[in-house]
Amino acid sequence: MSQTSEVTKPAGTTGFGGLQARSGAALNTVVRVAIRNLDFFYGDNRALKAINLDLPDRQVTGMIGPSGCGKSTLLRVLNRMYSLYPGQRAEGEVMMDGRNVIAPDMDLNELRAKVGMVFQKPTPFPMTIRENIAFGVRLHERLPKNRMDERIEWALTRAAIWGEVKDRLDTSAMGLSGGQQQRLCIARTIAVRPEVILFDEPTSALDPISTLKIEELIDELKRDFTIAIVTHNMQQAARCADQVAFFYLGELVEVAPAAQLFTAPREKRTQEYITGRFG
Amino acid sequence: MSATTIAPGPVKDAAVALALGRRRRRTDRMVRALCLGATLLGLAFLASILLTLTWRGFEAMSLRVFTMVTAPPGSEGGLLNAIVGSLIQALMGTAIGTPIGMLVGTYLAEYARGSKLGNAVRFVSDILLSAPSILIGLFVYQLMVLPFGGFSGWAGVAALAIIVIPIVVRTTEDMLQLIPNTLREAVIGLGAPKWRMIVLVCWRAAMSGIITGVLLAVARVAGETAPLLFTSLGNNAWSTDLSKPMSSLPVTIYSFAGSPFEDWIALAWAGALLITLGVLGLNILARSLLRSRI
Amino acid sequence: MGDVIFEWACKGAGLFVLVLLGAIIVELFIAGLPAFRAFGLAFITSADWDPVQEVFGAGVSIYGTLVTSILAILLAVPLAFGVAFFLTELAPPWMRRPVGTAVELLAAVPSIIYGMWGFFIIAPAFGTYIQPTIIDTVGELPVIGALFQGPPFGTGLFTAAFILAIMILPFIAATMRDVFEQVPPVYKESAYGLGATTWEVMKGVVLPYTRISVVGGVMLGLGRALGETMAVTFVIGNANRISSSLFGPGNTIASLVALEFGESEIGSLKLASLLALGFILFVLSFIVLAISRWLLRSRLKA
Repeated sequence: MSQTSEVTKPAGTTGFGGLQARSGAALNTVVRVAIRNLDFFYGDNRALKAINLDLPDRQVTGMIGPSGCGKSTLLRVLNRMYSLYPGQRAEGEVMMDGRNVIAPDMDLNELRAKVGMVFQKPTPFPMTIRENIAFGVRLHERLPKNRMDERIEWALTRAAIWGEVKDRLDTSAMGLSGGQQQRLCIARTIAVRPEVILFDEPTSALDPISTLKIEELIDELKRDFTIAIVTHNMQQAARCADQVAFFYLGELVEVAPAAQLFTAPREKRTQEYITGRFG
Repeated sequence: MSATTIAPGPVKDAAVALALGRRRRRTDRMVRALCLGATLLGLAFLASILLTLTWRGFEAMSLRVFTMVTAPPGSEGGLLNAIVGSLIQALMGTAIGTPIGMLVGTYLAEYARGSKLGNAVRFVSDILLSAPSILIGLFVYQLMVLPFGGFSGWAGVAALAIIVIPIVVRTTEDMLQLIPNTLREAVIGLGAPKWRMIVLVCWRAAMSGIITGVLLAVARVAGETAPLLFTSLGNNAWSTDLSKPMSSLPVTIYSFAGSPFEDWIALAWAGALLITLGVLGLNILARSLLRSRI
Repeated sequence: MGDVIFEWACKGAGLFVLVLLGAIIVELFIAGLPAFRAFGLAFITSADWDPVQEVFGAGVSIYGTLVTSILAILLAVPLAFGVAFFLTELAPPWMRRPVGTAVELLAAVPSIIYGMWGFFIIAPAFGTYIQPTIIDTVGELPVIGALFQGPPFGTGLFTAAFILAIMILPFIAATMRDVFEQVPPVYKESAYGLGATTWEVMKGVVLPYTRISVVGGVMLGLGRALGETMAVTFVIGNANRISSSLFGPGNTIASLVALEFGESEIGSLKLASLLALGFILFVLSFIVLAISRWLLRSRLKA
């Protein structure tokens, strides 16, 4: 579906820097992830300061801000990726399905089955396309062969790559183009059927056409998944996100529906950033 | 398409997922425990070797180990000739092998990057690095001992030098490759000829790395036994004449440890402790030298 | 002018290394030629080694070399993998350097020390405790039981393989650790992100990524094991016959050469046979090391 057709433009959505933001329709009030008073530390360095943010169910939250502002760090808190590295810790609450994600007793494997992640660089595993998708599914479910085949087709279809790979499922995933690899990684993530998908600058390594495909895909996926996307590209945030959060120096400066944030930011720092005065 | 009707979201079979998760975590824990066990086992071997050496070696250690030459069983003797012979051969071998190895390493890093000849030399050097040292002994026997009428310290030195070369080649090339090209360009830009750039700047920048390699080479050849069996053979009398058979610690340990005589076996343990302390000490020194630089 | 001289000095040294390897091969072949002439190709397969009758064959020692080396690999590879996995993924950071250094020191201990340790500590322990137990349990099984029969001497093929395994463990572990560390963290995070455990990440992503280099590291260990001399000489039991049991005595090419060389007269057929054995060992090691290097070349480039 075309991106622009979906955007209904209320008066004055042409924001600073000519950014076109999506509809200012009210955000979903069902909250999938609730972040309360979150602090994050790399050793002694406090990288996130008292963050409060809600991820509305089945909507896209865009996270923007200059490099090192903490937006990627926040993403890595949501699926506890930081727990892989000693010396990194989070304090506060990240509530999801009635549990605090950052509590020490959280089952990380279970959490990561619920919160999928797509990375900056495509990361196909060195195996066939079929095995790439099945890898994650097998971790959490025991499916008979026909159900697994169905799941693989479903995931690849949802990731808008089925048509391109259906005749070569048993060839190596390393042979795909960069954009195809990234969509394969998205398929691999949704095959596990998570509730939330985190995108960490998913298009920064891709060409414009592949980027467009991924953006359309994200718009499509929010029918079923709650999405958080970190991006350097404000146009991308404006095109994809329902609500946008602006981070600066580890603080959440402002969060608002996309149209509002890009047209009438409350904070001066937000305004300066989106008009390109720094960042 | 029927497949698209699979609903996403939290409709997974919770019981299956839970059981599966428990099993996966158990497997993970088991593998972790096995890996820890493997590491502890490796460390236990090292500890067992070191403890055995310390215990048996100190028992047999006395001043005469350092002051007297090897003697027939039953009479007072030490390891002086073996210690000195080992030092002479290891140091001479390193002294001869190091310049050759440095030149080869320099050739590979500065002149032959990507060239066919360079690749061939690198390949051959890597093969020599891991080739059985006993064969180098046999080779030197054929080359030097047979034609020149007998075993000699020189033949031992030659065998050890051949072992030193590939070690120094490897570290020299590795260290030179760490030097950024901008440094080379800056020196050439000042109008220096290439060879002066290499000798005065690159070698100097790579020096501590190369010294590390040389120390490791000394440590390696100081413990070599097999190549000396057919070259310097061993000598129970005091001798520093490289044209005659020459004693060495490893060969002496080999013949004493395999003997039925208590006092010889005790001396072998003393020698084993000495050589291990020396070799491991050199290794630790070399490593700390490299680390302090990086 | 200085440039030309220096470049040729470097190139000359490089050519010298090439010539050196060629000379080793040629010298060993020529020196072993009398044995090849006397016994023909049968030299390689013949199990005779009879200095009195002047009949020599490489069969026993080739068999011993292959059996001990392969058994050593079978013992060392799981251990080395465990060590490498522990050092790269499991150990807390402060532990990695000291433990890694300790494992590397295992590689620095001279061969002769392994020999003494094996002969005076390991062999008696094997003969008293381990071998009788295995003979009474595994030895009773059909088919594979035949491999674990006979009197528990302590020394023999199995003990030699065990010592070899410890000696090559650090080489294989170091290679594995290096290649595991080269897997970009984002690939591991991708697998973790799907909910994989550490072991599943290793099995599903890290090993598939590194399998070629891992095999290269194993081949490097095999190359080392084939030619290892002093440690094996101490514990192999020195017998020139093929015993069906792994606990039986035997010889490897290297141990036979080390043991018999001193008792061979210049110009004798025995000496030529030993040198011919050396040539065979060189060919074996060369092939294995060349394969190892070829498999590891992608790592070398990176």
